[in-house]
Amino acid sequence: MKEFLLIYRADQNSVAQRSPEEMQASTQQWMDWLGGIAAQNQLTSNGHRLVNEGKVVKGSVVTDGPFTELKEAVGGYSIIKAASLEEATEISKGCPIHKVGGSVEIRQLDKM
Amino acid sequence: MGQAELIPHLFRTEYSKIVAVLTKLFGLEHIETAEDIASDTFLRASELWSINGLPENPVAWLYAVAKNKAINYLNRDKFFRQKIIGEIKVTSEQTEEIDIDLSTGNIADSQLQMMFAVCHPSIPSEAQIGLALRILCGFGIEEIAAAFLTNKETINKRLHRAKTKLREENVAITLPPQPEIQQRLSNVLTTLYLLFNEGYYSSVQDTLIRKDLCLEAMRLTTMLTLNEQTSLPAVYALLALMSFQSSRFDARTDANGETVLYHDQDDSLWDKELIRQGEYFLNLSSTGPIASKYHYEAGIAYWHTIKRDSPEKWEQILQLYNQLLLLEYSPIAALNRTYALSKARGKELAIAEAEKLRLEENHLYHSLLGELYTGINNIEAVKHLQTALSLTKSQADKNIISAKLDAMVQNEQRAT
Repeated sequence: MKEFLLIYRADQNSVAQRSPEEMQASTQQWMDWLGGIAAQNQLTSNGHRLVNEGKVVKGSVVTDGPFTELKEAVGGYSIIKAASLEEATEISKGCPIHKVGGSVEIRQLDKM
Repeated sequence: MGQAELIPHLFRTEYSKIVAVLTKLFGLEHIETAEDIASDTFLRASELWSINGLPENPVAWLYAVAKNKAINYLNRDKFFRQKIIGEIKVTSEQTEEIDIDLSTGNIADSQLQMMFAVCHPSIPSEAQIGLALRILCGFGIEEIAAAFLTNKETINKRLHRAKTKLREENVAITLPPQPEIQQRLSNVLTTLYLLFNEGYYSSVQDTLIRKDLCLEAMRLTTMLTLNEQTSLPAVYALLALMSFQSSRFDARTDANGETVLYHDQDDSLWDKELIRQGEYFLNLSSTGPIASKYHYEAGIAYWHTIKRDSPEKWEQILQLYNQLLLLEYSPIAALNRTYALSKARGKELAIAEAEKLRLEENHLYHSLLGELYTGINNIEAVKHLQTALSLTKSQADKNIISAKLDAMVQNEQRAT
């Protein structure tokens, strides 16, 4: 089994504007999706959401985050196990972030 | 209680107390001496009480005799005595009398410290359970052999090896220091949980032994709640879990000793006092920042004390299994989660998830799929049940699966 970092991106503005019911439903969907991966014994770490505020340091220049475009801001990450990039990709198709128009970037951890 | 039952009963309750106090005094290397003195004391009791009748205060009698035997032993072995004196406070400078403290407080402390010594990670968990049963619960070697479905020789060897290992590791009869205590407590809880499971899930026919194991596990866990260093939320959660599970004990086997599945159980036989007790402990456990796996398991067990199905029940159970799996994977949790998924979201979804579990060697996996496919695709259901039948080693399970297969065949025949 290889390990893969899943990077979640979504429009943080629309995420913040959801109603309490929508947020609760979303939490349940995420728990179900991650729980399903955990049940397959393929979840290394359910990861974390990321706080929106932050900084970017480039050389000697420091700017306030978020970063690149708000619509594509990284909102969180997880680490899963899979036999191949294809399998990890299949798993990522089930992520609830797609319901809010977000995306999942999948990158294999390079174990040297 | 007649004399015939009194001595075995007292053996159960007092043997471990005497051994704990003496072992603490002598050191773990001399645990066998402590056990010999305790055994001799009970031997003396059965000799003298059958001639002279029961003493007015049997427990005090036992303690007095045990004390004397210990002092005599120390007096005979001068080197040993010097070593002990060197290591402990003496009651009187002049007489150098060694105080064998069998007060309630010292007994409680010694037993707790003994629990940590016995549940030591350096010995295999079977050995930990065996030692716990022998030293902490006063079980006889034959009783332990019966509980493990093995023979006296195996148990004796296992315990002997374990004690040797504890000697080699220089394990002390003391509570671990603060930084270590959380981790060591986690070991102790695992051992107590396994002990409980031996009673709850074992295939031993004798339900009395099994109930005994469950009760002993609960008694030892309760001991942890009586000391403020060890009365942590996870301990209360484990107690809640054990209470909820135990509540169904009487309903789980019928008059013939056959297993009765949850759905078929008469819930008027469920012990309401134990359920109330479980709820009490569950409340006590909901403090602090850490949710341990016992918290989630206790939550799930709580929902199972309510027999009636409801969407809320299964949704809650599903979410608790999600949390549990995120914390720690186990094949059983994965299978149970999938069952909860079928009740909360429907069989088709659950079947799709089940087939990703990769547990084809596990008979429970096939039992689950047999259950899920029933009514959806009976041919697949039968195939899985037959696989389950061939994989399981438990006669009780074989009976249940065969009954299911027979019922399905009968239904097919009625349909055609």
